[in-house]
Amino acid sequence: MKGHVFRLLTLILITQTSLFAQSENMAFIKGNRYIPLYGRDSTVVEVKDFEMDIYPITNAQFQDFVAKYPKWQKSNALKLFTDKSYLSNWENDFELKSSEKPDSPVTYVSWFAAKAYCECQGKRLPTVDEWEYVAMADENIRDARIKPDYNKQILAWYEAPRTNENSIGQHPKNVWGIYDLHGLVWEWTLDFNSVLITGESRKDVDKDSNLFCGSAAVNATDLMNYAAFMRYAIRGSLKAKYSMKNLGFRCVKDINK
Amino acid sequence: MKPLKSIIILVLLTLTFSSCNSNKNNQETVLFQCPMHCESDKTYTDAGNCPICKMDLQSLEPSTSKIENTIGISEESIFNLTSDWNTEEGEQIQLRDLKGKTLVMVMIYTSCKAACPRLVADMRNIEAKIPDDKMDQLNFALISIDPETDTPERLKAFAIENYMDEPQWTFLQGTESGVREFANVLAVKYKQISPIDFSHSNIISVFNPQGELMHQQEGLGVDNNETIETILQLIH
Repeated sequence: MKGHVFRLLTLILITQTSLFAQSENMAFIKGNRYIPLYGRDSTVVEVKDFEMDIYPITNAQFQDFVAKYPKWQKSNALKLFTDKSYLSNWENDFELKSSEKPDSPVTYVSWFAAKAYCECQGKRLPTVDEWEYVAMADENIRDARIKPDYNKQILAWYEAPRTNENSIGQHPKNVWGIYDLHGLVWEWTLDFNSVLITGESRKDVDKDSNLFCGSAAVNATDLMNYAAFMRYAIRGSLKAKYSMKNLGFRCVKDINK
Repeated sequence: MKPLKSIIILVLLTLTFSSCNSNKNNQETVLFQCPMHCESDKTYTDAGNCPICKMDLQSLEPSTSKIENTIGISEESIFNLTSDWNTEEGEQIQLRDLKGKTLVMVMIYTSCKAACPRLVADMRNIEAKIPDDKMDQLNFALISIDPETDTPERLKAFAIENYMDEPQWTFLQGTESGVREFANVLAVKYKQISPIDFSHSNIISVFNPQGELMHQQEGLGVDNNETIETILQLIH
């Protein structure tokens, strides 16, 4: 009997690292239907159950990643997948500049790099609908969008400078157990290029300058969505090879039933 | 019996989670080469001595750029994408298999009733202005943004229906993530509106035979002179 228990314990110890690596630091998100700012025809979208990283990916985590996958190192990354500012707050292929903190969210990463990171963890980037679904929760309820406080807090962050240099996990977690969806950096989404606000062509999107202008957004009937407006506007203006100082990412995982 | 079962499951899980494609590929492609380049760029798969100068062979860094260089494409080439695609003829290809011809590409879906027929017409108008004897230097590729519906069979039927079944036309079905990635390379935006409808940007892109983006035409039924000029410059 003793030997049996011992064997089991050893086994657990051996496999623990790789097993926990999967759902470690991820939270279960119960799917549901909801109405995002821009859903299909601005109606209800359905989000399935999934797991989401509790924190955004940090500089330190991305350092581990590039050490393992040289093709995403600063000097090796292809121009097709990155622009000039890719990892521009890094000293070289492996080290951060001395001003940067290992536990700050990684930024200056392109969509391609973020996607590759998640795929190498057996995960993927969240869709816009998934991200917005989790992000509408506050500390107490799953849909806090009608609470004035919730919106005020997010907007206060949008005004705060250089939040990308803060450490992860400093703000309270939301009801799902997820940190920092608001308050640190914007985050890449898998289908950010699905943000077409009007019409069918990119021309139309470009012409929709109202969307990129904060004052126009204030006039929107639905003031509660001002913050969401900003996010959709940012997404609509991004290209996948862009890197930005205040744009990071986190990963999600489908639940296999 | 029970512990054995759980052991097997655990081992299997461990294997599944610890593997990641790109890493594996890197490890498999370590090549060795003579530091003096006695046999120019000849490479060996095993370490050893150069048969001419007898020096130890040096291992080549298995970095992506080196691999890419060996097949002669630049960093900005779309042939760096490694996603798999099915053609309307049922062949499985990667984009780099299209290397060597000037590429004219557009993203469509076959059940589309609004913009796509016009985009397809735009493609045909471009094709019509290319001299017949140059046609073998060109590849017109239509990529489906609806890989679930647009199977190779369906794409083939669409090709026949639209008189686009000649060799210069290629229709591609990808994976959802491959299509998303490719659209991002072209800066094409699209979104599924309903199970049968997508909205998408209307962009025709021209690539040179090395897969570098040369020109993009945006909009429907627009003046295609510039596009045709770019193509004619690329073929001789």
